[in-house]
Amino acid sequence: MSHGLQQLHRRGGAAGDHSDVPHEPVLVGPVRDQLDRLIARYPTKQSCLLPALWLVQESRGWISEGSIGEVAAALDLTPAYVKGVVTFYTMYHTHPVGRHFIQVCTTSPCALCGAEDTLRALLKETGCRELGATSPDGRFTVIEVECLGACGFPTPVLVDDDFIENVTPEGVPAMLARYK
Amino acid sequence: MGYPHPSHPKETVVLSKYFGDPGARSYAGWVERGGYQAFRQALATAPDALIATIKESGLRGRGGAGFPTGVKWGLMPKPDGRARFLVCNADESEPGTFKDREIMRWTPHALLEGCAIAAHAIAAETIFIYIRGEFTEPWRIMSAAVEEAYAHGVFGPTPLGSGRRIDVILHRGAGAYICGEETAMLNSIEGKRGNPRIKPHYPAQAGVFGLPTTINNVETLAAVPHIVTRGAAWHKSLSLGNPKSTGTKLISICGHVQRPGNYEVTMGFPMQELIFELAGGPPPGRTLKAVIPGGSSVPIMTAEEVDGCATDYEGIVERGSMLGSGGMIVMDDSADMVYQIWRLARFYAHESCAQCTQCREGTAWTVKVLERILAGKGRPDDLDLLLELSENMTGKTICVLSDSCAAPVVSGIRKFRGEFEAYIAKARQPALAAV
Repeated sequence: MSHGLQQLHRRGGAAGDHSDVPHEPVLVGPVRDQLDRLIARYPTKQSCLLPALWLVQESRGWISEGSIGEVAAALDLTPAYVKGVVTFYTMYHTHPVGRHFIQVCTTSPCALCGAEDTLRALLKETGCRELGATSPDGRFTVIEVECLGACGFPTPVLVDDDFIENVTPEGVPAMLARYK
Repeated sequence: MGYPHPSHPKETVVLSKYFGDPGARSYAGWVERGGYQAFRQALATAPDALIATIKESGLRGRGGAGFPTGVKWGLMPKPDGRARFLVCNADESEPGTFKDREIMRWTPHALLEGCAIAAHAIAAETIFIYIRGEFTEPWRIMSAAVEEAYAHGVFGPTPLGSGRRIDVILHRGAGAYICGEETAMLNSIEGKRGNPRIKPHYPAQAGVFGLPTTINNVETLAAVPHIVTRGAAWHKSLSLGNPKSTGTKLISICGHVQRPGNYEVTMGFPMQELIFELAGGPPPGRTLKAVIPGGSSVPIMTAEEVDGCATDYEGIVERGSMLGSGGMIVMDDSADMVYQIWRLARFYAHESCAQCTQCREGTAWTVKVLERILAGKGRPDDLDLLLELSENMTGKTICVLSDSCAAPVVSGIRKFRGEFEAYIAKARQPALAAV
């Protein structure tokens, strides 16, 4: 890649194997209630899979093997099937990420307008150094993503659920200061 | 109003009238601005008459394919007791396109009203609005709008007193360009991997859950209320000379222009004026080199081809490309075409669902060969190899993702061959480190 960086995110990479972490049930209490409301609303249980995975990720930050098993049981699916779906979609994390997850668009329209410089500045300022790696203080994970659908506002950056437009390399430190 | 720039006097402002006006977001604000009158009027109209009006208006799908909307609605089978669905494609993820995002951000009820009318016309009782996972702000705004619309009786057991149930479900994507392909979207709604389906069956026969389904783009549905209240003749009159392309079109312009943003113009508007007058053209001292006019999946146009081109379905086809979704990526003379084409190919390689060999292998090898060229390691026959690869990726797969990867490669080599050859001849500094 032009910036000489290797994408670790999709492969798990630095995040490693988390199978030894004991699983704490996630589909309990209010999260389970939310899932039951979704099940009542959707035509089939299986069609609740994407929203169910979102619920898990919102409450745990990532989707573990244990969570996959719980979702599978709740929706009458097999864990292998659920894993196949989880790994198809790039926004589901299959390993823990930093407290703040930063997605930077570097697709052509943004690349034309300096997105790769913004990405480099983000990696430097967060201390992540590598794409997909988490900063040593656990605060940030930075990944490069394909088209965020805001090409008129280069560079768009998604920090957790905050969609931030027109991020320049110079603007990076002030932007990051808002995320502790 | 226009957003992020005030509307230009040459724009024809219909859908974008309230862009930048946060007051239009609420139910009350929308009703104050005349909202939901069209739905009332539609409910008093027989579905067949409504479909006839949309056919007559000439409205065509704004998501990329340009299929006549009224014809699509008319393909739904007669109600036979089975459940029927409307799916709104709000998965906007075609590089260069960012118009649906503005519709949802500023005028969520315009979209909901369009959905409600379409659901009435095709007798669908469930509407799925599939919003891409990255659109966090449109998601929040649309969620609030749906809740308000229910509270005011627009949806639910008897929409505005009509007596026939319509429900709306917002469904969040999770990061997959391919889910914008309509049958991949149906699989994604069903809780499956987003693999496109082999057609036929078409969605009207066997759509989501195998049941009759119509899929329309956000901009298409947002245009529907205006046609209902103002009439098909009004919509047909919005055309600069070509009766096959009618209405207004939101054109997203990005890349090397001074005022990137969305501009709403009458079909047939001169592309030259769009880029230079409305969007301000390339930065001072720069000249226009190339435009990808319809989102990244269409052939690249040169500056000469832009000159005199009418921005509508047929006008751009005449110049060898396509209107697509109306997302224009503008490149000035500083753009390295080989690098940009490689960057686009990387997008398609990343987004391939990998079920068809030609696409899975073709996109990956296209990237590798382009990488080799950019690293100064290109071989004399690499351009022929790329063209051969592209040939095998065109018209041979379940969906058109692989065709979309081939389009910029083939048009790029044809129109900017010298730039590729310069890398291969080592007459140009490598843009990438050796692979």
